Amino acid sequence: MLEIDGISKHFGGLPALEEVSFRCREGMTTALIGPNGAGKSTLINCIAGTLNPDAGAIRFTGRRIDDLPCHRRPYLGIARTFQNLALFPRLTVLENVLAGLTPEAEQSFVKSLLRLPATRHRERLLRLKAMAMLDNFGLADKARWPASVLSYGDKKRVEMARALVAGPRLLLLDEPVAGLNGAETARIAMEIRRLHGAGLTILLVEHDMDLVMTVSDHVVVLDGGRLIAAGAPQEIRTNPRVIEAYLGRMSVTA
Amino acid sequence: MTPRDRIRYFFSSHRTGLSVCLLALFLLVYPAWVGNPYLLGISNLIAVYLIAVIGLNLFIGYAGQISLGHAAYLGLGAYGSALLTVHLGINPWLAMAATAVAVGLTAFLVAIPTLRLSGHYLAMATLGFNIVCYTVMMQWDRVTGGPSGLAGIPHLSLAGVAIDDETRFHYLAWGAAILVLTLGLNLARSSLGLALAAVAQNETAAASLGIQVHRAKIRIFVLSAVLASVAGSLFAHCYTFINPDSFTIFNSVELVTMVVIGGLGSIWGSLFGASLIILLPEFLHFFETFRDIIHGLIVVTVLILLPQGLVSGLKDLLRMRLLRKANNARN
Ligand SMILES: Nc1ncnc2c1ncn2[C@@H]1O[C@H](COP(=O)(O)OP(=O)(O)O)[C@@H](O)[C@H]1O
Ligand SMILES: [Mg+2]
Repeated sequence: MLEIDGISKHFGGLPALEEVSFRCREGMTTALIGPNGAGKSTLINCIAGTLNPDAGAIRFTGRRIDDLPCHRRPYLGIARTFQNLALFPRLTVLENVLAGLTPEAEQSFVKSLLRLPATRHRERLLRLKAMAMLDNFGLADKARWPASVLSYGDKKRVEMARALVAGPRLLLLDEPVAGLNGAETARIAMEIRRLHGAGLTILLVEHDMDLVMTVSDHVVVLDGGRLIAAGAPQEIRTNPRVIEAYLGRMSVTA
Repeated sequence: MTPRDRIRYFFSSHRTGLSVCLLALFLLVYPAWVGNPYLLGISNLIAVYLIAVIGLNLFIGYAGQISLGHAAYLGLGAYGSALLTVHLGINPWLAMAATAVAVGLTAFLVAIPTLRLSGHYLAMATLGFNIVCYTVMMQWDRVTGGPSGLAGIPHLSLAGVAIDDETRFHYLAWGAAILVLTLGLNLARSSLGLALAAVAQNETAAASLGIQVHRAKIRIFVLSAVLASVAGSLFAHCYTFINPDSFTIFNSVELVTMVVIGGLGSIWGSLFGASLIILLPEFLHFFETFRDIIHGLIVVTVLILLPQGLVSGLKDLLRMRLLRKANNARN
């Protein structure tokens, strides 16, 4: 489904990714782990088009996407969340999720200025869809609130809802439970498992080893911008190179 | 649904449309009510400015950009109409349309490089464009009449009736202003308006959701320039005389002040902002004397204290207070 082929990215001469290659298989959840600064977010940004890799190729369903502008990629079915929240603070919760339906929304300037009945009808349908997604995440009662007043946990869920509302084929999650308490984490974990069960392809960046071990089919480990291991969750847990990479930086619990 | 619910539902779902109708009704009878040409002249000026301010507000509030040179487009509209009608004897309506198209194209060409800039750089670039336009209006006196301006611009006429007094111009200018207000409200409430607001708040997130950030900014900038051009043309045909002094960078700051008072992205706020800034000097004479300084002070203070503008900023503040309280009470 997703092929990462020799991706490199440098920031002012310093390498953040060096010739990273791996695949995400269709319908599988691939976990991307590694210590802080390993280059996980940089890789997610390259796949989503927020950053352009310096070298290498990214293929999605057989098609090269690394030269495609960022805004084209949601149309192919690629959706993402951000490690550091990237909501639209002054828009309402519902509007934030509606923005996730951009590929289905009216793009014509003239039609938007005239707001003809057909356009309104289409907007009403999108609203219903966004509302249903909010309901899924238990946020329907806060639909009219500006996003900035939500709690951190609610904001994380709004981002998930925004990424999922258009029904993507590939979901890129950058630390979806970082900073959440136990109950909130459980809730997101349940949602990820549900999506996994529904056959969505997911690339999950996460430090929470419990979550990684229970939801992923395949684990890829980055350290210092290089891929140091890849395999089934059980193998990774006992891989000496992985343990070494984490030693002194964070403990592999689980 | 009881009949009463039905009425309530009708009013709540057509709030915007009904407000526009109410305003239109008020403006329909306004000339009969005041009758005083001086007062009508003031409200006509509000209408003309409103057209430009709504465009600028869409650009500032919905693309998250700043333009300190919008008076240049107002000037291009006014001079375009004036030159075409005075020198070439072209029909005023045609001149207005041709000018608007030309200004739209100019804005498009200016936008491609400048909208890649942001913040201070964009402010400087737009300011620079305004200064260039002003200098051309001043120096190219063989064509523009230089500092003494251009006189003898014909009035517009509709079905053989020349729009040559305040009452007639009232209906024309406010008709146009209401139309632009409606279009602006439509755009703001549409999916596209949402996409534009998203661009203003987080470009990275907007792009990752499929919004073409650069294109969105260019389109809204061109729209705002075209609206400014139309406002400029109306201005020229109303007063039949123009000179460069109406299109300086201080006029650009005045336009930004109107946007900032009403609130960034608020179409109704634009009506309030334009009215207030045009009416204030009528009541407070020192305001006229220190106009440019006061405008500058208003913009700076409001933007430091309430980055969303005065009216929307205060509204947001109140709303956030209430919601935070509700949220805390619940958790
Ligand atoms: N925009 C940027 N500019 C410069 N350096 C960056 C940028 N983004 C990330 N980096 C650097 O790239 C490396 C990888 O960062 P990142 O991908 O965020 O790591 P991770 O998500 O695995 O914690 C880090 O050393 C970081 O400092
Ligand atoms: Mg990261």
